[in-house]
Amino acid sequence: MGSLVAVAEKRTALYDQHVEAGAKLVPFAGWEMPVQYEGVRAEHVAVRTGCGVFDVSHMGEVATEGPQAPELLQRLLSNDVTEIEAAGAQYSVLCREDGGILDDLFTYRLAPDRFLTVTNAANHPKDAAWMAEHADGFDAEARDVADDYAMLAIQGPDARELAGKLFVGKLPPRMHTAVLPLHDRAGGGAEALVCGTGYTGEDGVEVLLPPEAAPALWAALLAEGATPAGLAARDTLRLEACFHLYGNDMDERRNPVEAGLGWVCKEATGFIGSEAVAAAREAGPAEKLVPFALTGPGIPRQGNEVLADGEPAGTVTSGTLSPCLEQGVGMAYVRAELAEPGTELEIDVRGKRRAARVESRPLYPKKEPKED
Amino acid sequence: MAEESYPDDLLYHPEHDWAKVEGDTATFGITWYAQDALGEVVFFDPPEAGANVKKDGPYAEIESVKAVSDVYAPLSGEIIEVNEALSDSPETLNDDPYTAGWLVKVKLSDRAETEQLLSVDDYKQLLENED
Repeated sequence: MGSLVAVAEKRTALYDQHVEAGAKLVPFAGWEMPVQYEGVRAEHVAVRTGCGVFDVSHMGEVATEGPQAPELLQRLLSNDVTEIEAAGAQYSVLCREDGGILDDLFTYRLAPDRFLTVTNAANHPKDAAWMAEHADGFDAEARDVADDYAMLAIQGPDARELAGKLFVGKLPPRMHTAVLPLHDRAGGGAEALVCGTGYTGEDGVEVLLPPEAAPALWAALLAEGATPAGLAARDTLRLEACFHLYGNDMDERRNPVEAGLGWVCKEATGFIGSEAVAAAREAGPAEKLVPFALTGPGIPRQGNEVLADGEPAGTVTSGTLSPCLEQGVGMAYVRAELAEPGTELEIDVRGKRRAARVESRPLYPKKEPKED
Repeated sequence: MAEESYPDDLLYHPEHDWAKVEGDTATFGITWYAQDALGEVVFFDPPEAGANVKKDGPYAEIESVKAVSDVYAPLSGEIIEVNEALSDSPETLNDDPYTAGWLVKVKLSDRAETEQLLSVDDYKQLLENED
């Protein structure tokens, strides 16, 4: 055996709870994270039919504050930050000058001049540095506050009813936030930022709170009947919903137009990369990211080649067996003329050509939401 | 999922496959350790009956939600039967890796190869060393 170089993975505030719940823990973006508990399919189905809870404390946070915080974020983020109403939320991408995507992000407006942006764990140090660096010249600062927060995602058709019991006050509607005290049933004592957002295609909330308050909330959620769900189920859920995964479905070599994220880019705001994005939009992308499903057996995987009429036509960026559709599904970059739903493709799955068809988004449509 | 077990009437291959030899035929499968390492099996791509398999060579693929794994032949021979039921219910490999979860039956071409396989005690020793 070679020399052992120990690189300590960070543990979230819920590490002991994961071990207790029987989690399989794996290294992920510098963190030791639960990939699954009882089993991926059971966890996936729990989120589609009931309520699942995910520890997503590996996600990073950047606080942007100051009189010119909106102007700073308008320069950094691709979307129109002035459209975020009080206690609102907005999805956007962070671009380089050449339009390459640095990360995709949710930004919450906590006060007129105070925002919190949630980053992907693997990109967080890069994002935080980029944002701080570009604050020069603005009367505002962008601060890395990742250590201040644990984050739980409570998702599923029953998520709101269940989570509602654990906070004092009304949960925020979709794409809004509320600062709510934890109910005594969830340990009390702390306030949480509750956000009507998620990454599963189901209704639910994401909760940012002080790490020391997270174990009591987690325990209360499980006591109320939430199913602990791991990163593997998070991935199959987001893929059925056709949400992008940074590092798979886009990276710095892709611009938002080809990644299908042109809708979060408002070039008129003059954000960093807006000229490149405008040019890409004008020229039209050579390739487009599309969802697809296999029409027969097999499971597509990241890196598989896509063929059309026997000729190379693109590459799979994400693939799995959809637990709800019970078929192989994925996302792939294909030549733009092949992006129409219904287009017949083949996926080369390790030497076997599997028939596939371009689908429309989402691959798995959410069931009608329950009334509030 | 099944409890960890390693039947003592099987022969084992270091790639976590088992063989049950009966006369000049053998049944192949994967061990409890292999299915546990894979996690929930969601897809078994069966080989064709009539195909030849070579000892230590891959002959089939098993996929779990996150990973693909080759299955290695513990012995050489010709596939005479494939467990077709696994295509419809691949999770059988997790529930019952030694009986209902068998993969293929093979007519052996060189019975002497069995001497190179591990006994249950040797295989358990190998697992301890891997941990």
